[in-house]
Amino acid sequence: MASLFFSPEEQTRFDRDLLEILSHYPSDRKSAAMLPALRLLQTLKGWLPPDGMKLVAQRLEVSPERAYEVATFYVMFHTAKPGRYTIDVCTALSCSLWGAEKLLAHLETRLGVKSGNRTEKFFLRETECLASCGTAPCLQINEDHHESLTLKQVDELIATLA
Amino acid sequence: MATLPEKVITQNWGNPDSHTFASYSKAGGYTALKKALAMTPAQVTDEVKRSNLRGRGGAGFPTGLKWSFVPKDNPKPKYLAVNADESEPGTFKDRCILERDPHMMLEGIAIAAYALDVHTAYIYIRGEFKHPAERVNAALREAYAQGVFGKSVLGSGYPLEVYVVRGAGAYICGEETALLESLEGKKGWPRLKPPFPAVVGLFGSPTVVNNVETLAAVPHIINKGAEWFAKLGTEKSGGTRLVCLSGSVNRPGVFEISLHTTVKELIFDDAFGQGMPKGRSVKAVIPGGSSAPVLGADEIDVALEFEALKAKQNMAGSGGVIVMDDSTCMVRCLWRVVRFYAEESCGQCTPCREGAPWLTRVLRKIEEGRGEPADLDVMLNVANAIAPFPPMGLGTTICALGDSIALPTHSFLARFRDEFEAHITQHRCPFGEKPWGHYGEGRPS
Repeated sequence: MASLFFSPEEQTRFDRDLLEILSHYPSDRKSAAMLPALRLLQTLKGWLPPDGMKLVAQRLEVSPERAYEVATFYVMFHTAKPGRYTIDVCTALSCSLWGAEKLLAHLETRLGVKSGNRTEKFFLRETECLASCGTAPCLQINEDHHESLTLKQVDELIATLA
Repeated sequence: MATLPEKVITQNWGNPDSHTFASYSKAGGYTALKKALAMTPAQVTDEVKRSNLRGRGGAGFPTGLKWSFVPKDNPKPKYLAVNADESEPGTFKDRCILERDPHMMLEGIAIAAYALDVHTAYIYIRGEFKHPAERVNAALREAYAQGVFGKSVLGSGYPLEVYVVRGAGAYICGEETALLESLEGKKGWPRLKPPFPAVVGLFGSPTVVNNVETLAAVPHIINKGAEWFAKLGTEKSGGTRLVCLSGSVNRPGVFEISLHTTVKELIFDDAFGQGMPKGRSVKAVIPGGSSAPVLGADEIDVALEFEALKAKQNMAGSGGVIVMDDSTCMVRCLWRVVRFYAEESCGQCTPCREGAPWLTRVLRKIEEGRGEPADLDVMLNVANAIAPFPPMGLGTTICALGDSIALPTHSFLARFRDEFEAHITQHRCPFGEKPWGHYGEGRPS
């Protein structure tokens, strides 16, 4: 099924990968593929545009509201454009005991954006415990994990982001 | 020096390329699966039952017993769901297993599936675990190529498909019924129990949900026998366990300990935490992930074991041990803990959805010096509405996330009330700009 939403290359990949994902579930349980399907859409588009969610819902034979409900429940799904780099800083107890609050404040200053806000380039936010408590403090940039961070290392990381 | 146990779960971590099939089979991997396939499924379950293995995800439920709840006469397909949604603050052991020895878990999955008459297993890995998930996917491809999974497990004729499903950022999906909802493609709202997943689980079918570490223990039980495994542990709890040490301590990390090891030994022993930073002493320790009640410095001579901690109205939980030193602000710590659960509340039950943000606001108010004497009673009232304590287990919500808000609140207030009061009477945080203790300024650049 062609749509105007994807480029031909994206359409091919979406169709191929979705077919594979659906093969993991019973044939009468297509809607179970919602999380992997939304992840696929986000991989292709960088976020979950409403038309994309409608397409996913259509393929999984559920209402668009159902796709939206799932998309808004999970914080890793972006229902608004996040900026090129999503920076998730862990501020749970163990990381806070190792300076996570200072690290977050430092990032806010360096990036010129308050936690929870986005610019064209950055989406900075606090996130849940990243299970890296022995190597605190830690953060993730577009899902890539960085741990045992000093402020200097954070500056070096930021400098690599185009 | 504490007695170091025989290494079980971590025995391969020092091997080169320990995450690969070649390394795992060289170390004797997948021999337990061969052995299990020559046994009857009932014999495998019985072996696990007699080993006294208890779930390592947090609740500590006996694994063999859980397996035996799966009805034999139900014609529906049965499922195994592997809980790799590690996210309880202070816990990072499953990440290590997934990264360093994913095949040990995969072998456990194959054995469990065979015992349970399961032909489809899902490994639910949290969305933030990019690297661990890559390791598992690579190991899974290797295992398929070696005939471990697929149409005939190691040539036995037993078919088993294993799929990886990634979460997308929701702490609650580590709760087993929320995990099943998420696997069904929905938002992670926990289900009312009973029925338990073993009877009505994924897609309405009997389903066993097991933690990563729990499954990684299974091959060893089959290889060396239930008696050997049971003997490693205590009377009611077999094996060794992984604990995760973090916070204000000289050597944080994951350690495989004997179930007789105490919190104090874990912090101070040379083999483990190597003590407190110079000049600092223990003020408080959370022994089982941030859901667990906090212990004061005089209470840490307790074994990190399910029954021992239960007897103290506490919990061994997920093995996340968080140490706070004497220069740490308890109000700030409790605020962080409660704020986490407020963020992660799924919104289904009123006491949790409304109570957690309320407590968070009151705690912030106290920490910023705007607290009033009545605030402490407000906190206790709100906590009581979510879950009175003690004893544990009186929560008013569908799942235990509510308890995870109430237990820290009750226990911090019971042990450190004077510190909360000092904030209120002094109209400021007594720790000023440095509430986070010895390492609170971060790592020196």
